[in-house]
Amino acid sequence: MSVRTALRGSRSRAYVVGVAVLIAAILAGLLVGPVRIGAANVFRWLLTFGQTPSGMSEQEALILAELRLPRVIVAGLVGASLAASGAAYQAVFRNPLADPYLLGAAAGAGLGATIAVAYGPTGAIDVTVPVAAFVGALVGVGLAYGLGRSNVGGRGATSLVLAGVAVASFLTAVQTFLQQQRSQTLRQVYTWILGRLGTTGWDDVWLALPSVVLAVTTLWVVRRLLDVIEVGDVEAQSLGLNVTRLRLVVVLAASLATAAAVAVAGLIGFVGIIVPHTVRLLVGGSYRSVLPLSVLFGASFLIVVDLLARTVVAPAEIPIGVITALVGAPFFVVVLRRNRRAA
Amino acid sequence: MGRPRTILMAFALALSLAACGSYGGPDPVATGDTGGSPSEEAPAFPVTVGGTNGSVTIERQPERIVSLSPTATEDLFAIGAGDQVIAVDDQSDFPAVAPTTELSGFEPNVEAIAGYEPDLVVFATEPGDLGASLEALGITALQLDAAPTLAVAFDQIEQLGLATGHAPEAETLVADLQAAVDELVAGADPSSGLSFYFELDDTFYSVTSKTFVGQLFELLGLRNIADAAGKGSGGYPQLSAEYIIEADPDLIFLADTECCGQTPETVAERPGWDGIAAVADGGVVPLDEDVAQRWGPRVVDLLEEIAAAAEAAGANAA
Repeated sequence: MSVRTALRGSRSRAYVVGVAVLIAAILAGLLVGPVRIGAANVFRWLLTFGQTPSGMSEQEALILAELRLPRVIVAGLVGASLAASGAAYQAVFRNPLADPYLLGAAAGAGLGATIAVAYGPTGAIDVTVPVAAFVGALVGVGLAYGLGRSNVGGRGATSLVLAGVAVASFLTAVQTFLQQQRSQTLRQVYTWILGRLGTTGWDDVWLALPSVVLAVTTLWVVRRLLDVIEVGDVEAQSLGLNVTRLRLVVVLAASLATAAAVAVAGLIGFVGIIVPHTVRLLVGGSYRSVLPLSVLFGASFLIVVDLLARTVVAPAEIPIGVITALVGAPFFVVVLRRNRRAA
Repeated sequence: MGRPRTILMAFALALSLAACGSYGGPDPVATGDTGGSPSEEAPAFPVTVGGTNGSVTIERQPERIVSLSPTATEDLFAIGAGDQVIAVDDQSDFPAVAPTTELSGFEPNVEAIAGYEPDLVVFATEPGDLGASLEALGITALQLDAAPTLAVAFDQIEQLGLATGHAPEAETLVADLQAAVDELVAGADPSSGLSFYFELDDTFYSVTSKTFVGQLFELLGLRNIADAAGKGSGGYPQLSAEYIIEADPDLIFLADTECCGQTPETVAERPGWDGIAAVADGGVVPLDEDVAQRWGPRVVDLLEEIAAAAEAAGANAA
């Protein structure tokens, strides 16, 4: 309740809460793990920018620097990307169920990864799979956008979504077929699809960072226009907005972010739906605040979920996609019921 | 209505027979050691054998066996029933003389299997109702699913011996395998206290001592770092990288050399892994993935490999 009043109070206060939650999530992500590392040492390590304090073993320093820190950063980047893309898609498609995978990004990424696993060089899978997934996601969205747009008739949003459904089904069918042809690759594709932050390293940070920063910044810049386009194409047009161009920019940016997220983390469902809807419940519907807060809370949410994934059954792990869906599905029902009551 | 369909079916049958003819069974020259010498007395049929799908009665000695299980294929050839095998699934790649076909054990196509006109089909996993579908076509089906223990794996060899009329050979083979296992176990040093990590894939899935493979290591007195994570994982937990680094195993066994292209070199390159004892002291052992995933006669080779690695690591530590 207090969080809610705090957020309603003013937008700047909402940002303060968002940043505080993110910092807390990052610290928790660094402090907690299957290996116990003293909190005081972790703080000293952080404050000296990675100098190993006297009380810390070489091994603990390695675990912090090479495993936990990149993992927390990637979880944050992926969470921010998925939440921001979800919020943006929900605006331009005027569909509260739109998620970052709506236009075939997931199916394209899955196909790309399967091709890389099945036909790529076996030695370089760490590199080829993320890159192929990234390209696949962009190809998937590109196809959906190209096909949906050529069906002009003023019903831009709907035909895009329908083209997305068709493209996704087609690409998934191709992927399943290839997988059957090469059944020995089944397990690898499967673990990849379930989401994987367990093997995250700095390579993944460098792979995702440029696209995520570019895409999220773009969405952040156009966030005011999202409010306009959400009202309707005709209304937005009458207000002097180039709807087609804005939708293209948003779809491009959101797809870039999604592609980067899929490439380094596999498919992680529900983040793109839960986070923007929670933010809407807390601060109301304007994208001026929904988008930035989705970025902050999306990053925090995925860092915390990943923390659960690696600690609940430690020293084993739970695939992160399982937890987001486990938390996300019931939450989603609650959001739906609230919406119905409000309507 | 009936006539065109009959013609079609005959055509399909002819095609598949032609297809199987082109495989032509094992090369007679190469089968010297695998195609069996006939037993002294003619084997008695019918016999009833025990499979995962219950008791199966086999009326006559099978002459046209289809194996959809790589393990069963290895078993059949090892007991001298190779000459009776007319087709094996696409994953059955050992021994090399096995008549590999396009048949799939994962996504079995009943019609394609029936096209070989088998008198016995051996399979491991059962997606859908493979056994029932084959029985409905009058084809005897024997399921031998993944063995949970060595004893079950050896029993499967003996059941296949009975089913194919090679019971004496199967008994001899099992006795030899058991003797080899006993010798390896007797030679192991149970007080070595060596720990190991068994890697199923490059996202750190592993096996606990409750699994078939895990038991082999237990036999040799090795300590499995995945056991701490086994609860609720069905025996196949996914480990945290930081846990593996902290557990600091003396040996790492890679069962992901083919699937995921892992080698001792790629393991050493993983962030933070170079400090692990196994990596620092050359204790990373690439395994034959197929052998590690099957429960056939070559399990003894695997056990030998593990024992050799343990001995080397023990000598290192001493």
